[in-house]
Amino acid sequence: MSTTLTKEAPGPVEEPILRKPPTRKRLVPYWLLLPGILWLLVFFALPLVYQASTSVQTGSLEEGFQVTWHFQTYVDAFTEYWPQLLRSLLYAGTATLLCLLLGYPLAYLIAFKAGRWRNLLLVLVIAPFFTSFLIRTLAWKTILADDSLVVDVLNALHLLDVTSWLGWTEGERVLATPMAVVCGLTYNFLPFMILPLYTSLERIDGRLHEAAQDLYASPATTFRKVTFPLSMPGVVSGTLLTFIPASGDYVNAELLGSTDTKMIGNVIQSQFLRVLDYPTAAALSFILMAIVLLMVTVYIRKAGTEDLV
Amino acid sequence: MTENTTGGDVRLTGISKTYGSFTAVHPLDLTVPQGSFFALLGASGCGKTTTLRMIAGLEDPSTGTIFLGDRDVTDLPPYKRPVNTVFQSYALFPHMDISENIAFGLRRRGIKSVKKQVDDMLELVQLGDKARHKPHQLSGGQQQRVAVARALINHPQVLLLDEPLGALDLKLRRQMQLELKRIQTEVGITFVHVTHDQEEAMTMADQVAVMNGGRVEQLGAPADLYENPRTTFVANFLGTSNLIEAEVVETGSGSADVVVTAGGGKLRLPGDRCTDAVRQGGKLLVGVRPEKISLAHADDAGSIADGRNRVTGRIVDSSFIGVSTQYVVNSPAGAELQVYEQNVERDARLRPGAEVVLHWNPAHTFGLDAAQDIDAGVETVEDAA
Amino acid sequence: MTWLRKNVVVIAGLLTLAYMILPNIVVMVFSFNKPNGRFNYSWQQFSLDAWKDPCGVADMCESLTLSLQLAAWATVGAVVLGTMIAFALVRYRFRARGAINSLIFLPMAMPEVVMAASLLTLFLNMGIELGFWTVLIAHIMFCLSFVVTAVKARVMSMDPRLEEAARDLYAGPAQTFLRVTLPIAAPGIAAGALLAFALSFDDFIITNFNAGSTVTFPMFVWGSAQRGTPVQINVIGTAMFVLAVLIVVAGQIITNRRKKTATA
Repeated sequence: MSTTLTKEAPGPVEEPILRKPPTRKRLVPYWLLLPGILWLLVFFALPLVYQASTSVQTGSLEEGFQVTWHFQTYVDAFTEYWPQLLRSLLYAGTATLLCLLLGYPLAYLIAFKAGRWRNLLLVLVIAPFFTSFLIRTLAWKTILADDSLVVDVLNALHLLDVTSWLGWTEGERVLATPMAVVCGLTYNFLPFMILPLYTSLERIDGRLHEAAQDLYASPATTFRKVTFPLSMPGVVSGTLLTFIPASGDYVNAELLGSTDTKMIGNVIQSQFLRVLDYPTAAALSFILMAIVLLMVTVYIRKAGTEDLV
Repeated sequence: MTENTTGGDVRLTGISKTYGSFTAVHPLDLTVPQGSFFALLGASGCGKTTTLRMIAGLEDPSTGTIFLGDRDVTDLPPYKRPVNTVFQSYALFPHMDISENIAFGLRRRGIKSVKKQVDDMLELVQLGDKARHKPHQLSGGQQQRVAVARALINHPQVLLLDEPLGALDLKLRRQMQLELKRIQTEVGITFVHVTHDQEEAMTMADQVAVMNGGRVEQLGAPADLYENPRTTFVANFLGTSNLIEAEVVETGSGSADVVVTAGGGKLRLPGDRCTDAVRQGGKLLVGVRPEKISLAHADDAGSIADGRNRVTGRIVDSSFIGVSTQYVVNSPAGAELQVYEQNVERDARLRPGAEVVLHWNPAHTFGLDAAQDIDAGVETVEDAA
Repeated sequence: MTWLRKNVVVIAGLLTLAYMILPNIVVMVFSFNKPNGRFNYSWQQFSLDAWKDPCGVADMCESLTLSLQLAAWATVGAVVLGTMIAFALVRYRFRARGAINSLIFLPMAMPEVVMAASLLTLFLNMGIELGFWTVLIAHIMFCLSFVVTAVKARVMSMDPRLEEAARDLYAGPAQTFLRVTLPIAAPGIAAGALLAFALSFDDFIITNFNAGSTVTFPMFVWGSAQRGTPVQINVIGTAMFVLAVLIVVAGQIITNRRKKTATA
């Protein structure tokens, strides 16, 4: 048996040759990324550039549009459609808050209290997805119809008097009012709130609850100090997944609302597909995009870094 | 299976690994003799696992060459090296059952009829009845044996084991140590075993390389490392050592004794057990293992035989372990000296507070270079976890 | 009272669930309706007519077939591209990682109507004829990010030592991918595929902008909300709901069986 050892290799005079992985190997990630990223660049990023250019064009459909750096379009569009824009943010915000309030108990129930019913409840949360959301939204027309059970009960309880006074409903009607639209938005995006909430709640170690209660925290304090902070990632992604699509939605406003409940999505859609005023439509979508991105950034900063860590 | 089938030694020459500005392994030369059970021992982050992974081909060395026998394998990818690994926490394929896991390597090399070999291997690791189970249905010890079987079935020239017993509880670990040793003797393949557990390394290995900070501190047979540590790190990391700072008063030549003073008393140690030729008046760290020391009550000091090293002190703590009692003694020569006494005839006077004399055979003393951290390699609370 | 306080979460949760299920029940019940006039919004009388002749409405089943085809192709496209990106993101270091992450995140943080409008601008400017292909392109685009997210989560939780073990056991790069990486990443890829299929099949806004005269099933429903809603829409909605629940339940039973036989 021969065993040799020197602590260091006999000091080489010249620099030792450093081995580098072959070029082929280093290029692997780029090849993997290329098709997908190219797809996003051409069909997501490039269209935004085109839209930016469209928004500063003038002209007509017959004569064609030219880039004239006509920023006035933004001012005009904003001046004319700020009520719809504000309404969109208001409706989407309300719907998001409602989703959180309604979704949290259900997510909590599935994560901690469901036991062997957990899988069944999860299926019930996801199953509505498989019926086209347009069909389900149309069903709300039946549920909220003027002579429906729900509206009758609300009337009997005089709740519609309160909501009318608040301006959410009109008289004895629910359909074609802001409440119907918010109700539809809430309904449509609830699963997008519940699933991330459930995912983050489910990861919480049940022993943390026991530890908190062992350390003299009441159930309410346990929730406030332990459960809720730990579910913040779910709250953040749930609210984003609800607010963002809700702010641009025009289906609920179209099917359940009236001309007084038009959202910015309705305007963009009709400018683009019916009026064919492309510059205004493009400018409006940029305004919407800018507002949403700004709000999302501020929100993630606030919820994501300072309060979460 | 026959011994010394193919191959030869594993030779690393000038092997190093750097990540950016961090050097995980400094250039090292190391030869692992064929058929030996070789351990790389060190605390976490000492570069032992990186060294192992370079042998496996899972990590490209920054410099240097790796030979298996006479063959340069430095540039071979792992799937072309006749080397197999038992991974830390085993890395059993969760989507395959036990026999599929074991057959994996053979099938990848295009061997069609694997049943006989898989059955033999299951027999070797005593898991014949678990062939159709999924890994998660097995206990930790069973998973560990599957990992060994999955590697061994390929008859590698070298089997690499990366902390293979780290996830097991103490009792099972002792059992698996013997089991692995049995398998190694049976198949005669070179085993390179990475561990942070010095007892494990000493029990199992023929040769141990103690690593620290990306370098090999010392290499040798377990008993040799234990008896003749050459650095404070090795002295403290392998078992426990009492290290006393001392001043040389008389050098010896050859095997003649060196005489030193420590805390006012004189101590002798064999000249050939000092790391460097000690100069007159130089400093030295004198080391002695706790179990080599005998303890006598101060009243009995007269009965200690002549020629033994003596240190006086006072017991500050004692704990009863069963086979032995461990004492902590403060003395002018050094604070908190450890003494392990066999529980043969217990002296009731040896209680905390008692004045005592520590005495031992000078031949059991070793000397280390004083220009080192005296506490290097001492297990701290975090390390012990 | 204490009972109520103890179970307040359960009651609130179940109420939310009722809110979510109610429209599906209405859809189901109204699939047996025999409406007066063109709209199927108020209950008249029980009838099996629509179930007996589900394709009895002009163009509806054609639009359904088209939607299923679109969803299938969009899923294939998004899963292939998205899985590649997910692996690159988790397993490799490369330049511009931050920019690429943003490019993947942005489509999810963008109101659909913005993407729809801008994509239409591109197609109009390029003079590309709207139809099946433009819709497919759009669907792959917005499904891609969701697939990346789903697959990435799974690949990230995967022990890289499993692949090292495969390479150590004589599996080359291709073999390692096929025999170890892919089977273990499969649940993540399946989740991504399911999500992509559902998103594509149910998409209305982006499709509506970029479909030209092509009519998908959601577009057919949208149109019928203006012209008159045939009962057959409810039949399709109910059938898909029941089918999905049955598939999930069957899958659950099979996995339970398999677990039992494995432990036996």
